This record gives sequence, C-alpha cells and structure tokens, in this order.
Amino acid sequence: MKRPKVKKWTEPKTIKDYPMGSTCDSDHLTSINAGWRTFRPVINYDKCVNCLRCFLVCPDGVIDKSGEKLEIDYDYCKGCGVCEYECRPRAIDMVKEEK
Amino acid sequence: MNQKLNARTITNKELFYGHKACGGCGEALAVRLAMKVLGERTFASLPAGCMSAVSFIYPNMAFTSNAIITPFASTGAVAAGVAAGLKALGIEDTHSVGFAGDGGTADIGLQALSGAIDRNDDIIYFCNDNEAYMNTGIQKSGLTPYGTRTTTSPAGENLPGSITMKKNMFEIVAAHGIAYAATASIGYLEDFMKKVQKAKDIKGTSYIHVFAPCPTGWGHESNIAVSLAKQAVDCGLWYLAEYENGEFTLNKNPKEFSSVEDYLKVQGRFKHLEDRDIEIIKNHRDTKWKKMRRDWVR
Repeated sequence: MKRPKVKKWTEPKTIKDYPMGSTCDSDHLTSINAGWRTFRPVINYDKCVNCLRCFLVCPDGVIDKSGEKLEIDYDYCKGCGVCEYECRPRAIDMVKEEK
Repeated sequence: MNQKLNARTITNKELFYGHKACGGCGEALAVRLAMKVLGERTFASLPAGCMSAVSFIYPNMAFTSNAIITPFASTGAVAAGVAAGLKALGIEDTHSVGFAGDGGTADIGLQALSGAIDRNDDIIYFCNDNEAYMNTGIQKSGLTPYGTRTTTSPAGENLPGSITMKKNMFEIVAAHGIAYAATASIGYLEDFMKKVQKAKDIKGTSYIHVFAPCPTGWGHESNIAVSLAKQAVDCGLWYLAEYENGEFTLNKNPKEFSSVEDYLKVQGRFKHLEDRDIEIIKNHRDTKWKKMRRDWVR
C-alpha cells in the first residue's frame, strides 16, 4: 500500500528536544484515525468494476489504486461512507466495527 | 500538460493525508484533489480555519509539502509573499497557493485577497465555501445563504435564520479584472480538477471558489457530502462558471432545475424553513439565473 505511514514519535523531554521556532516536519503523522470509525467499508471484488470513483471521492484519500485491486488504508479511514454511497455497482458494504 | 484529469489519470500519491477533519468533509476532499493536481512543489498558505486546524496538530502534519498557517486576514498577502520569495530566490516550477474558508475569504481576508489580485501576484487562491464559520462552531459568514440556521443566526418565530443572501464573491473577484476565476463544486470533481489545472498554468492571480458541504455544520449524513454538492448545482442554488479574458462563461446550464426542497430538507440547518422562505430562495435563484443566462451564455 502506497500511503503515508505513522512515524515513531517520542515526547520531547527537555526544551532542547523541541524544534527551533514554530515549525515541524511535513508528512509527519504520529497517530491514526481508525478509532473514529463505527462502520468499516469493505470492497466486494466480485462486484467492483475498478471505475475508481471511490478513490476519487474519498475525503481522506485512503483508497490506494496502485495495486491490481483497490486497497483501503484502514489506519486512516474514518468510515464516513462517501465511497459506499457513490459506488454505482454497489460493491462496497459498510460493516459495523466489532469492539 | 493537456491530459484530461480524472480518477484514472490523477496521481495516486497523497499530498494531504492523515488529517483530522470530520468524516465526509467536503473541504478536505477539495484540498486533497487540488494538491494532487498542483503537485509536490506547492507552497500552501492557510489562515485560521478548519483546514489548518485539522492538518497542523503538532506533532502531526498532514501536508507532505511546505505549508504555513497565516494570520486570519492575510491569506492573500502571505501567499503573495511566498510567491515573491520564491521568485527572489530563483526557485522555479513552483506554485504558491492559499486555501481559505468562506469567512476567511469573503469577510476577514477580503482586503488581502483584493490586494493580491490588484498586484496580479502569481498565486492560486482557493475559497473552500461551506457557508459558515465551521471551525469555531458554525457562525454566520458573508457566504451563508438565506434561511440558514447558525449559532449567530438562530431560527425562531421572528426570523428564518440568516436573513441575508450569499455574498457574490465570484463576481467581486472578477470585478478586479483577475487573470482567472472560477466556481466549482465537489459534486463535479472532473470540472473542479480541470479548473485547478487551468489556474496552475495561468501566470498571475487565479481564484477558485469551491462549494464544499460540511456534514457537521449542515446537519446531514456524512455519506451524502459529494452528492449533496452535486444537488446544489443541479437545483440552481450553486453554479459552475469561469471568468477569463474579461468574459464570464457559464459551464453548466441545466434546462430544468431539480427540486430545491429535496436539497434543503436533508439538511438540519434548513429543517425549519417554511414554504414562504423556500419561495424567497427560489425567487432569488431565478433572478440570478436569468441574469447569468442572459450575460454569461455565448
């Protein structure tokens, strides 16, 4: 999957550990968004026609089109359901997350 | 690059990722796709607003390129400064872009934007229009339409929510004689990406006003965000147009409008509207479209 990954982060302990000025690295993710989800989108590959509509409309960009099949990055999917709603062949199911 | 932009041709690389926007955020989708079209060598300036609040949560940083939070009123000025700095340093093949909300554009940042357009600085300015100050808890902005319930324009016995119409931001910008201005909607993403590409290729100031639903502030299900944005265009409450070489062009001119009621009634912010309020909204729409069809269709 070609999506930015979570980076290891250690809390600054002393003032020296903090960056100079109010800056930080870009593309720096230290926490995931999976906990936001109540429903998880699951692609049914038998029905998927690879139209890439879900890839285009995802507000979080979690659908990766680089592989043979579409892949969802569940670390950052918030379960908003836009992909399921927009999918014309109805190839995405929203499945309740089990705790 | 003259390639047609769509889901197949656009890059798979995410340049705005892992942000903490609400599920189904229309603005986040607009920024994500705009960044994809503009590419990695883009310097983004964002004022206070949802998009800066959700992407710059230290130590998290959702942009993969350079981005800066500007004072609220100065998106246009900071983006212009970045463009001037890049020019002075001789750094070529870059874009300076501003992503502001509707309040940050039509109310608070209007002066800085106006100045940037006047100087014709080489920037691309995005107004992500979700029709209220959402980040601070849904207050009415200059782009909040008539009849909207917000925390500063509550609906009750005497008032139907907001009593003013949407500010004509697109035409205000165009009146400067800007190099390129366009309106877009996240319901028509190919059209939006085409306009971003156009803005990218144009030297001078470009302005893109993108209509982006906000599930939290509008009170609708998160999964209908994209289709709601499309519905807004189809029912005539938003329009797709361009301003180039001193001329307006209407990109989409529907023969018949879809139902305004269907668009309004799925949103919590319009639930209270009565027939007479909807009549006012429709009359305003018809006046606007009459003018646009007369002057903008060639």
